[in-house]
Order: sequence, then C-alpha cells, then structure tokens
Amino acid sequence: MSIASTAAQVLAQTDITADELKAAEGASSAGFAYGLAAIGPGIGIGYLVGQAVQAMARQPESAGTVQTTMFLGIAFTEALALIGFVVFILLKFV
Amino acid sequence: MTTAADPLSQRLEGPQPAVEIARDLARRGVLVAPVIIGFGAIFWGANGAASVGYALAIVVANFLLAAFMLGTAAQISLAMMGAAALMGFVTRLALIFLAVMLVKDLSWVELVPLGITLIVAHLGLLFWEMRYISGSLAYPGLKPRPGRSY
Repeated sequence: MSIASTAAQVLAQTDITADELKAAEGASSAGFAYGLAAIGPGIGIGYLVGQAVQAMARQPESAGTVQTTMFLGIAFTEALALIGFVVFILLKFV
Repeated sequence: MTTAADPLSQRLEGPQPAVEIARDLARRGVLVAPVIIGFGAIFWGANGAASVGYALAIVVANFLLAAFMLGTAAQISLAMMGAAALMGFVTRLALIFLAVMLVKDLSWVELVPLGITLIVAHLGLLFWEMRYISGSLAYPGLKPRPGRSY
C-alpha cells in the first residue's frame, strides 16, 4: 500500500485536513533531513578523532601538531552538520 | 620489541594549541563583527543586524566551547579527549539547536540572515584562521608573531 493511499484513508477517517497533513509531512521531512545531515559528520569526526588519538599515543612529541589538525578537522566537519541544521530551520520555519 | 601505547593512561600536558586557536578565532570574530552586522543591517534592517550578531556570537561560543572541552579532556587522558570530541559534537549541536529554537519566535529574529551567518561565519573564520596556523613541532598552534610571548 502506498503512502499516498494510506494518507487518503487517514484523511477520510479523521478530522485532519489536507493542509495539516502536509504540514506534518513537512515537519517530519525536515526532522529526517537534519538527522541524516548529522550522521555523516558524526562518522567523520569519530574516524578523525580515533586516528588522532592513535597518532598522539604513538608519537607524544607531535601531539600538539596533531591536536591542531584534529581541532581544525572537527571544525570543518562540523560545518556540514551546521549546513544541515540551517537547511532544517529554513525548510521548517521560513 | 615495542610496547603498545595506551591511550587510556596517556595525557597531554603543556600548552593547548586548540585553545590558542579558538581564542584567536574569537578575536577575529570580534574584529569582523561590525562588518558582518553592517551587512545584516543593510539587507535586513535592524532585526537582521541583531540576528547576524546573535549568529556570530553562537559561532564564536561554539569554537571556544569545543576548544575548552578538548583541552580540558586532553589533560585527563587521550581516551577522554576522544570521548569529549564525540560527545562535544552532539552537545554543541544540541546547544546551537536550543539557542536558535529559543529565539526563533522573538520579534527581532530573522531566520534567513541568522542561518546564512551561522554557515558563512563558521567557514569564513576557519578559512581565515588557516592562514595563521603554523602546525610545526616548534609552534604547534599559531605562527609566531614578533612581540608575542609564548
């Protein structure tokens, strides 16, 4: 059964209007978009930090350099999640 | 025969380059704030200027919080630093979400300039800061400047 036919059945059985259903679909889509946009940077930061910790543990004398690279890497990766968040607020509230 | 390094017991001591970089990022954020707020005022009026300023404050606070968490956790252990980086990512995203959601319905908030500033200021400050990063063994953080004490 398709989503559209399910939505049509729900509409027929309840007092929900088509506009309310559309708004609900938009809200859930924006939420999914933000969640999906945060997954990629999460994986990226996990991999980045794991490798950085390993590098610092192996070569403590270069820990400062590695920490600098790690901090910048985290900040750049986090920008992807921020873009997802901004798309979410623009889709949802503008 | 080599022994495996144990990240659970190792910790970083001495200066924290991440904190140094974050402070410099914040300083640059303050320097560039009048220009960005001016752009917000030109295109979106007083509300836009206020929203742009608020977004810039969020970005700078995000950098400072990230560096503080990493620096503090690195002094405990490397494993704690890894945990702080991952939990810090989630925590800071939640804080940014909360900071925007709490003000989104206020009269002075324009969401479009706020969102644009969040992205542009974050990336712009980072790319600007890249010019001043040394990343060498002698200076792991910022490049040396004349008249500056280390």
